[in-house]
Amino acid sequence: MWVVKLILRNITRHKLRTMLTILGLAAAVVAFGVIRTLIDSYYAGADVLPPDRLVTRNAVSIIFYVPLAYKEKIEKVPGVESVSYGNWFGGLYKNDPKNFFPNYTVGPGFIDLYREYIFEPEQREQFLKEKNSAIAGQRLANRFGWKVGDPIRLTGQIYPGEWDFVLRAIYKGREPGVDENSLMFRWDYFDDRLRQTTPEMAKNGVGWYVVKIADPQQAPVISTEIDALFKNSAAETLTETEKSFTLGFLAQMDAIIVGMRIISYLIIGVILLVLVNTMAMSARERISEYALLKTLGFGPSHLIGLILGESMAVAVFGGLLGILLMFPVIGAASQFLQNFFSGFEVNALTILLAMTFVLIVGITASLFPIYKAVRLPIIQGLRNVG
Amino acid sequence: MVPALVKLESVSKSYSRDSLIIPVLDNIILKVPKGEFLALMGPSGSGKTTLLNLIAGIDRPSAGDVIVGDIKINDLSESALAQWRSRYIGFVFQFYNLMPVLTAFENVELPLLLTKLSKKERHQHVESALSVVGLEDRMKHYPRQLSGGQEQRVAIARALVTDPTLILADEPTGDLDKISAEEVMVLLSRLNSEFEKTIIMVTHDPRAAEKAHTRKYLDKGELV
Repeated sequence: MWVVKLILRNITRHKLRTMLTILGLAAAVVAFGVIRTLIDSYYAGADVLPPDRLVTRNAVSIIFYVPLAYKEKIEKVPGVESVSYGNWFGGLYKNDPKNFFPNYTVGPGFIDLYREYIFEPEQREQFLKEKNSAIAGQRLANRFGWKVGDPIRLTGQIYPGEWDFVLRAIYKGREPGVDENSLMFRWDYFDDRLRQTTPEMAKNGVGWYVVKIADPQQAPVISTEIDALFKNSAAETLTETEKSFTLGFLAQMDAIIVGMRIISYLIIGVILLVLVNTMAMSARERISEYALLKTLGFGPSHLIGLILGESMAVAVFGGLLGILLMFPVIGAASQFLQNFFSGFEVNALTILLAMTFVLIVGITASLFPIYKAVRLPIIQGLRNVG
Repeated sequence: MVPALVKLESVSKSYSRDSLIIPVLDNIILKVPKGEFLALMGPSGSGKTTLLNLIAGIDRPSAGDVIVGDIKINDLSESALAQWRSRYIGFVFQFYNLMPVLTAFENVELPLLLTKLSKKERHQHVESALSVVGLEDRMKHYPRQLSGGQEQRVAIARALVTDPTLILADEPTGDLDKISAEEVMVLLSRLNSEFEKTIIMVTHDPRAAEKAHTRKYLDKGELV
């Protein structure tokens, strides 16, 4: 008990220094948490994708079409339950690049394949009834203040002209991480208009197929069978799970993500240096006190308890403060980043990692002072009177 | 004849600095009877404090034996020495060596934390020790709130509180004004006469040394 009392008194001995150290630790924990959350959010969309959906695209690149005629053949592959398709549109809202959001056209049955999207039933029916209707995610609707029934005009960047839609449905994600930042509209509207205005662009092809399979365990077999169907054709295919497909996209940013991960670990290093410095200063100032304790008969275990306890207490205070601050900081950041990330929120693993690192830092920072104090010859320590 | 509490048998001590061997004590033979109040005097660098440290078991002789009571302390391990010190030795230092974050009461209580005494018993011991040194009204004061003389009295209470066999004082008046030094010496004399504590004191101060029963002089590492 007296060790705890002495630890707490020692912590408050230099209030400003302890406070600055705790704030430094807290700031580092917040930075670590923000970076980790950013990384987690980046991958959150892929994490929630179900394993029973495959994506079939042109084997050369996603920018090349896959013939529309492939749909019937894919549907006949054993294990395939249903097939739909999509095509990247890439229109800009109000013709402003700052208003970027994913938008694409989808074939019949597409939204039925996405059970993670939750619609009001009447809105879903309305989308299926009206050819120029569109669906938007809740976050996207919030971003631009859209309501069901609002007209939306996109300016085509690939497909020329102004494209007018009526927002007929707004979907929500069934769980955090589900994308709510996309806009989808009907294939028939897109195809008909292309044939009327720019027939040279209507190629009877789609960007990708989404394939629902009965048994996720069969995904590799079914993928191979689908691709085998179109081997040596003009448009060979590459089929993989939607998760792999999405991760493939995300991998384009891998270097940046790796950089961010490295920075998050460097921050841990900074925390360590801050605490090592504080603990080294404290230990240096208390050499004569350690010598006194040894003279009075206190053993190494008492000194270890005192120094480790102080280091851990400062680390834990800093860590807890950092974790408490992490929530409002990430909450505020999510206001700006929600347009780009789904589920930008602190997760339990980030908190666990932050606290684990903080505890490791607390232990590590105490090692050198402990070594010095335990090895300190009493007579040398007693001479060191400030 | 009073039996010797402390016996130094041909004790020598030298230190190594780089490749140099620096002799500090040479063939010291000393017997301190139980109940003695001995003042060790001598010029700076004569080896007084080193001799005190050897008797205290916080340093080890290069040759010879240090025997306190029936125990040859230079044969004890570090942990055994630590236990032995906590049981048998009370220390008084020139610069008091109080823990600045602990009150007078808590500083005096410190050595008792290594005993099996209950909290209540510890409190009784501490209060007794502080009343002996006349600081029962300063129990809750921190060292920074005390004068130098009061700090040294707290340190004496800490040395006394475990009821040690031997009190070792290293220049106990060295950092005090004349009046405070006198008070401290009166107190040490009381510990010796009233409480029958054996005291070995290192001092430069002839006035302090006058309070001792016996004075011994060290010069260049030898008792003269």
